[in-house]
Amino acid sequence: MSRRISLTRAILAIGLLATGLASAQDVLIRQATVHTAGSRGTLKNTDVLVQGGIIRAIGANLAAPVGVPVFEAKGQPLTPGLFGGVTEIGLEEISLEESTVDANFEGNDQEKGLPIHLYPEFDVTLAFNPRSVLLPIARVGGITFTALGTGGAVIAGQGGVVRLDGGFDGPIGDRRTMFAGIGNGLLGVSGKSRAAQYLLLEQAIAESRLPVTTEEKLLSLRGRAALSRAIAGGRIVFTVNREADIRQLLSHSRRLNFRFAILGGAEAWRVAPELAAAKVPVFVNALSALPADFDQIGSTLENAARLQRAGVALAFINNDDASHNARKVRQIAGNAVANGLPWEAGLAGLTSVPADAFGVADKVGRIDVGLVADLVLWTGDPLDVSSVTAKLWMAGRDLPLRSRQTDLRDRYLQAPGEMPRAYQH
Amino acid sequence: MSRAMLAVTMAALVVSAGVSARSKPAPPVEVTPTPYPSTYRAIASNPVLIRNATVLTGTGERLDGADVLMVDGKISAVGISLSAPDNAQVIDGTGKWVTPGIIDVHSHLGVYASPSVNATQDGNEASAPVTANVWAEHSVWPHDPGFSTALAGGVTSMQILPGSANLVGGRSVVLKNVAAITYQAMKFPGAAQGIKMACGENPKRVYGGKGGAPSTRMGNVAGYRAAFMEAQDYVRQWDSYNKGDGKGEKNGDAPKHDLRLDTLSGVLRGEIPVHIHCYRSDEMALMIDLAKEFGFRIASFQHGVEAYKIADLLARENICGALWADWWGFKLEAFDGIEENIALVDRPENSCAIVHSDSAEGIQRLNQEAAKVIASAGRVGINIAPERAIRWLTSNPARSLRIDGQTGSLAPGKMADAVLWNGTPFSVYAKAEKVFIDGALMFDRSDRSRQPQSDFLLGQEGQP
Repeated sequence: MSRRISLTRAILAIGLLATGLASAQDVLIRQATVHTAGSRGTLKNTDVLVQGGIIRAIGANLAAPVGVPVFEAKGQPLTPGLFGGVTEIGLEEISLEESTVDANFEGNDQEKGLPIHLYPEFDVTLAFNPRSVLLPIARVGGITFTALGTGGAVIAGQGGVVRLDGGFDGPIGDRRTMFAGIGNGLLGVSGKSRAAQYLLLEQAIAESRLPVTTEEKLLSLRGRAALSRAIAGGRIVFTVNREADIRQLLSHSRRLNFRFAILGGAEAWRVAPELAAAKVPVFVNALSALPADFDQIGSTLENAARLQRAGVALAFINNDDASHNARKVRQIAGNAVANGLPWEAGLAGLTSVPADAFGVADKVGRIDVGLVADLVLWTGDPLDVSSVTAKLWMAGRDLPLRSRQTDLRDRYLQAPGEMPRAYQH
Repeated sequence: MSRAMLAVTMAALVVSAGVSARSKPAPPVEVTPTPYPSTYRAIASNPVLIRNATVLTGTGERLDGADVLMVDGKISAVGISLSAPDNAQVIDGTGKWVTPGIIDVHSHLGVYASPSVNATQDGNEASAPVTANVWAEHSVWPHDPGFSTALAGGVTSMQILPGSANLVGGRSVVLKNVAAITYQAMKFPGAAQGIKMACGENPKRVYGGKGGAPSTRMGNVAGYRAAFMEAQDYVRQWDSYNKGDGKGEKNGDAPKHDLRLDTLSGVLRGEIPVHIHCYRSDEMALMIDLAKEFGFRIASFQHGVEAYKIADLLARENICGALWADWWGFKLEAFDGIEENIALVDRPENSCAIVHSDSAEGIQRLNQEAAKVIASAGRVGINIAPERAIRWLTSNPARSLRIDGQTGSLAPGKMADAVLWNGTPFSVYAKAEKVFIDGALMFDRSDRSRQPQSDFLLGQEGQP
C-alpha cells in the first residue's frame, strides 16, 4: 500500500518535473535590442525565441508557439551571457584559506631549482564545485561562463570552460585546455631563469611526441598523452606579458608546431601584427596602465585597441581578484572601449572571442540559432558600470538574480524588527 | 631632517647626563613637532574660468550651466554667468562636468610602488606588532609611476597609509598629487598625520605565523590595550613634568622620549586622526569600545566590508566608512561583502561614506567605483543623485582627513582642486580632461606637456 502510493507519487513527480523542465526552458523575449556578438551585429526591436533551452529563432515579430511564455524586453539590451575570464570560480571559496582552494597543483619536486617532473595530466576541472557561492554572485553580474584555469608551473595542467548554471556537467563539450606560463612569476620553479622555462617547454613537447615505449622523464605516459592531446586539439594558453617572451613563443610555436593563446599580454601591442598573422588570441586586462613589474614596463590603456586594430582576436580577463570579482571583467571591457576599442569589439571580447578561442563557440558566446540560450538583459549599456543586469536566462531558464550577497543585502536593507536579524530569511 | 636628528641625539645625551648627575633637573627635550615640513608650493597660474558646465560642488549641490572661477589658487566663485578677470583663461565647459578633485584616503602609492619588486615593499614594518614609531612618509618614493596615473583619474590629494600587518602600523601622511622629487614637496600643508591600526586576520596571521603574539583576535585586543596603557602612563609623565613645580621650573627630570609613545600619546590627545583597517561589524563595534576605554576618537574604518551591518552605529559615532564598491571574499573576514555596502553606509543622517581604493589600479578610477555603487543601489530602489555620490570621493574623505576646511568642495576660499570631466563622472566612459591643483593645470589629457611622467619610466625602451 504504502509502496504503491510512493510509486504513484514518484511517477507524478517525474511527470511534473519533465513538463516543468520543458516549459521552464522556453521563452520568447520580445522587442529587445539584441547584441548578437555575431555576424548580425546589433538588431533593434528584435525577438528571440528559445525552446528547450536552445535559441530557435531571432527576428522581428516572432509568433509565440503555444505554451511558450513571453517576456517583454521593452527595448532593453540583450547580450549573450558573458565570459567571466580565466578564473578559479568553484575552485576557491576564500582565497587566503588554503583548505578552500584547489586551483594549482604545487607538487612539483625540484632538483637544483628545476622541476624533476611536470604534470600536464593534472586536470583542475575535477575539483570544480558548482555549489560554490561564487557562481550565483558571478551570475548576478551577468557572467554565465568562465574558463577554469590553473597555474604555478611552466606547464601547469588542464582547465576547461564551464557554464555557471550550477550544474554538474563539467566542462563544455568535455574539452580541456592546457595552461602554461612564461615570465618572472615562474622564476621560482624554473631554476631562477626564464631561459630554463623554454628548456622545460621544449623538453615536455619533445617527450609528448615520443613513442609510448620510451622511458619516462619530465612527463609520465599520461602527461605525454595529455600534452599531445592538447597540442593536437587546441591552443596552449600561456600567461605571458613581456614582448621578448611573446616573440619567443611565436618562434617556438612555429618550430615546435603548437598553437597558443596569451593571457595578460601587457606588452602584446608591440607584437600586434605578428600575433594577428599567427592567429594568436590575446586575453588582456585593459586596466593595466602601470609597470606592475619588469615584464610589464610597456603597459598601456590602449593595449586592447591597438591589438584589435591590428586584427588580433581580443578578449578580456580580470587578473586581479579574478574569481570573486569576475564581474569586473565587464568594467575592464568598458575601459578598453573608453580607450579606443570599438564597442562591438568590447562586447566580442566578453562573448564570441573567448568562446572561439576555447573551442566552445558551438554552445556559447553568441546569440545565434542553435546555441544554448544563456542570455542577459541589461538596464542600459552592457559595457557601462552604470548598468546592471535586469534579467538572466541560462539554457532558457529564468534564473533569479539572487546570491548570498543579495540575501545579505536584503536582510540588512530593512529596519531591524523585534527579533534579531538572524530570524529574517 | 638633519636638524631634527641632531635634536634627538642631543636630547638623548642630555637625558643620560641628567640621570647620572641627579643634581639638577634635565632641560626639556626639544623635538620639532614637524621635523620634515612640507615644502609644497602651488604652481603659479592665471585665473581660470570654466563656463557653462554641470557642477557638482561636493557639498551636495548640483548646478547646471554654471561657471567655476579659480583665482590665486583658490575657488573664487561658483555660479551662473560669472565674469572673467582680464587675464583669465576661459574654458568652455559645455557638455562637461566639474567636480572637486578626488581624494583617496587609502593609498599605498610610494610605499608599495610600481614596479612591485623586493625593493619597493616599504609599506609594512612587520617587525613588531606595534610600530607607532614609523612614519609612512619616510617610505614614500615620489617617483612611483602610480601618482601620475592616479592624477589622470582626477585624484588631487591622498592619504598614504602604512600596511595592515601590524596592530598599530604607524603614521600616515597626506599628499597633494603633484609630481616632485621629494615627498616633502608633495606634503599637504598643515594636514595632520593620521595613524593606521588594523583589526582581525592580518596582524594575527603575520605574528602568529612567526610563532609570536598576537596569534588570535583576543591577542590583537590585548595588544592594543597594552600599547595604549603604556601611552597613558607616558602622557601622565609628560603632563606632570610640563605642569612644573609651581615656581616656573619643570617638574623633575624630563621623561625619556619614545617615538612609539609620542605617536600613541598624540592619539590620546586627539591630535592624530585614527584610521582602522577593520572588516567585520563585530570587530568595528569592539574597536569603538576600545576607543572609548582610552578616550580617543576613530576618524574612519578602512575597508569595512561589513559596515552596512552597523551603518547607524557608524553615523551615530561620527565615524567614516572608507570602503570598496565590490571587493570581497579574498579572506573570511571579507566574505560578507555586498555591492550596496557604500550605499547603505551612506543612508543614515550624519553618515560619512567614502569610496577608497587601497590599489594603484582602483585609485585611477574611483569615479567608476562610485558609479557601480549607484547602479547597485538603484536595483533595490535606493536612488542616489550624482551630487550626493560625489561626496564619497571629495568632501567625505576630506572630512575624515580633517582637511575639509581647505579642500574637498568647490566652495569659495577652498583650494582650487578641481576636475573637468568629459561628461558625467559616473560612467565607464568618463575621463578627467583637466585636473587643477591649487588652481594650476597639473594634467591635461589633450596636452602632453601637461602630463607628468615619472623618472622611472623615462628612457624605457618598452614604453608606449
